[in-house]
Amino acid sequence: MTEPTFNYENKKDNILIKTGNAISTYVKDNMGILIGLIVLCIVISIINPDFLSSNNLLNVLRQTSTNMYLAIAMTMVIILGGIDLSVGSIIAVTGVVTTMLIALAGLPVFVAVLAGLLVGMLFGAFNGYVVATTIIPPFIVTLATMNIARGVAYVISDGKPVRVMSDSFNYIGSGYIGGVFPTPVLYMIIIIVLAYLIMNKTKLGRYMYAVGGNSEAAKFSGIDIKKIKLFAYTFSGLMAGIAGIVLSSRMFSGQPTSGDMAELDAIAAVVLGGTSMTGGSGRIGGTVIGALIIGVLSNGLNLMGVSSFWQYVVKGVVILVAVYADVIKKKRDGVSMGV
Amino acid sequence: MMSETLLEMNKITKRFPGVYALQSVDFELRAGEVHALLGENGAGKSTLMKVLGGIHTPDEGKIHINGNEVSILDVKDAQQHGISIIHQEIVLVPYLSIAENIYLGREILNKAGLIDLDKMVENSQEFLRDFKLEIDARTHIKKLTVAQQQMIEIIKAVSFESKIIVMDEPTSSLTDREVDFLFKTIENLKKKGVGIVYISHRMNELFEISDMITVMRDGSYIGTVKTKEATNDQLISMMVGRELTNYYDRSYSSSTDDAVMEVINLSKKGILHDINFKLRKGEILGFSGLVGAGRSELMKCLFGIDTFERGEVSVNGVKIVIKNPSHAIKNNIAYVPENRKEEGLFLSKPVNYNITIKILHQFIKFFRVDNYYEDNEVRNYIEELSIRTPSPYQVVRNLSGGNQQKVLISRWLATKPKILILDEPTRGVDVGAKAEIYSIMNRLSKEGVSIIMISSELPEIMNMSDRVAVMYKGKIQKILDRESYSQEKIMYYATGGI
Repeated sequence: MTEPTFNYENKKDNILIKTGNAISTYVKDNMGILIGLIVLCIVISIINPDFLSSNNLLNVLRQTSTNMYLAIAMTMVIILGGIDLSVGSIIAVTGVVTTMLIALAGLPVFVAVLAGLLVGMLFGAFNGYVVATTIIPPFIVTLATMNIARGVAYVISDGKPVRVMSDSFNYIGSGYIGGVFPTPVLYMIIIIVLAYLIMNKTKLGRYMYAVGGNSEAAKFSGIDIKKIKLFAYTFSGLMAGIAGIVLSSRMFSGQPTSGDMAELDAIAAVVLGGTSMTGGSGRIGGTVIGALIIGVLSNGLNLMGVSSFWQYVVKGVVILVAVYADVIKKKRDGVSMGV
Repeated sequence: MMSETLLEMNKITKRFPGVYALQSVDFELRAGEVHALLGENGAGKSTLMKVLGGIHTPDEGKIHINGNEVSILDVKDAQQHGISIIHQEIVLVPYLSIAENIYLGREILNKAGLIDLDKMVENSQEFLRDFKLEIDARTHIKKLTVAQQQMIEIIKAVSFESKIIVMDEPTSSLTDREVDFLFKTIENLKKKGVGIVYISHRMNELFEISDMITVMRDGSYIGTVKTKEATNDQLISMMVGRELTNYYDRSYSSSTDDAVMEVINLSKKGILHDINFKLRKGEILGFSGLVGAGRSELMKCLFGIDTFERGEVSVNGVKIVIKNPSHAIKNNIAYVPENRKEEGLFLSKPVNYNITIKILHQFIKFFRVDNYYEDNEVRNYIEELSIRTPSPYQVVRNLSGGNQQKVLISRWLATKPKILILDEPTRGVDVGAKAEIYSIMNRLSKEGVSIIMISSELPEIMNMSDRVAVMYKGKIQKILDRESYSQEKIMYYATGGI
């Protein structure tokens, strides 16, 4: 009498202990968009060889950086099954608050920046609190916050840019470390590493997948869903705050109009990176490539002298095609996009 | 074998707005015992277990574990008291690995406070090995079959080293072989002194595995019996509160020889191979077979949801084209799908909306829907099929499984079908509603409607079908007449016998 066993009937599915290091899995997971990014770089550098100059490449990274901050946080929020439309407006409000504190209140740059970041986090925490404790859909909650934050930015600045003359404030967004390496790119690298650790190595990150993938399962496992949501939206607010300060620093002024539609670029980067809009699946690594694609694309189109009006059209088409290709690939691999 | 009392629940009462979900319910579980909890849908079994698991807190009543009074306020409390629950719906996270799911909520951390995935994988792999599952613990849940996911749920519960394990319909998606394996696991757990609460609608399972049976009805405790001393009829009457005579009352002679539908050599690459059968007027043709034999796939082809490559279908002797469901509906074919929640009902819409959605055109006057006629039609069905709903405007989500199913059947009856395909018509439906669905089927077949019924429950197939088509790996292995079929024969053909 043999004990009944409970195996895969189909041997080919019987993937016992897959081997391979982190890098090869990363490449495999993101093969599609990685190829896309490389092809894009090749095409652009053939049309305009200047693209490959180290100066321009650092430039691309710097231009990508603010979108990257937002996209990283947006990845968390979307994995959680939510969305954050308010980040563009939070950029404006933190920029205005920080510059006003420096220029009008005369606070030290360091204090003003901290206060600015706090404002971003408060708006994010507000989103998180409302999303976690009510049944209002995140789309609506953050749509409301988008309007509120934008409105606040206009009200306190009276609709006019707030000019700042401060070398140390200017350094935050336009400085170069060692004279070559742009400061925003450094923040970007720190944020990516931090987010990677959170999502892959901490309970918090794992719980975001759990809440977004099956909130019942999360609940039945004793996970505090509210706390997780509060964290993700607050983090998103903080990232928007950083972006707001970097942008106003680069422009020597806090502008109530800045960050317009920034949330949509961030969402585009997340989706390009293969994160499912329905939550539960997605990777920080994918988003990094997604944001790079968008950055390289605008840089390349600029180098080619394509008008900014046409750039919108191109960007739209690229997003549609890339995501469609990704969906097809996933369907072929037998991974559904999650309904 | 006398053993100590593990769990005692006394006079548990739970009110939801307006209703008593539980009314002073008692329940007792001993170590090393399998105690079945039986009752119709909505009887309060799951609510009682959710109270035990810390999902609901009771309004009144006491819980004792090992003789000590405890309060279970949340899931963590329940886990600390050694209680784990395998819920009816699978509650795993699709894009996390097996290991991460097993340790969800109690991750192993390394010295730096980060997740120690390697350690979790290593431990999980051991559990998997214990359960003879040859799967990498790093595999994402999404890639597993439903049955495998169910086994992971069980492993997860066992891995807590719980003293009390609640299994809510654990076999609903398992094959017989897997059920055997589950039962062996349960026997092992019993030997270790674990107490198991077992909820199932399948009577034969209860008789096979349980030691005690407690029956609940309408949120109240009805009684507890020793399984050895219980009979099927006794349990059923305890559950429904009335004697259910002639549970299956299929009259045998209603089928005639005119073929209403004929399927010739229907094939779909890799899925269906040369399907041939005739459906007679007024007959109930059962489709039996193991999960994955291609029964639902065949029906989806006949209804135009999927397409097939070769073969033809004729209705009343005329060859027809079925490329989409509206072709099928035009030919008076109706299909009540297996997953009523995903493929059938609009859960957040009321009963009347769900019933008339397919026949709305009948009520259109100029540009608007005439509510008077619509209401009449809906009330007819509510009465005829005895759908228990407070009103036609009640949202379908709030109805019990059996009544949801009747709403879905009404929708298709409203299209006046000549051929009605029912895919697992009584899955997740309680005994009372089952009997009613059977009587609806009988009435329809008397009226001349031909019914195709897919069912994985052999007693249902045996008692309701006039003929049984047994499928195996995409082929019809054999069509058996009522006189010639038996449980053994059906299983023989369903497992590939010729």
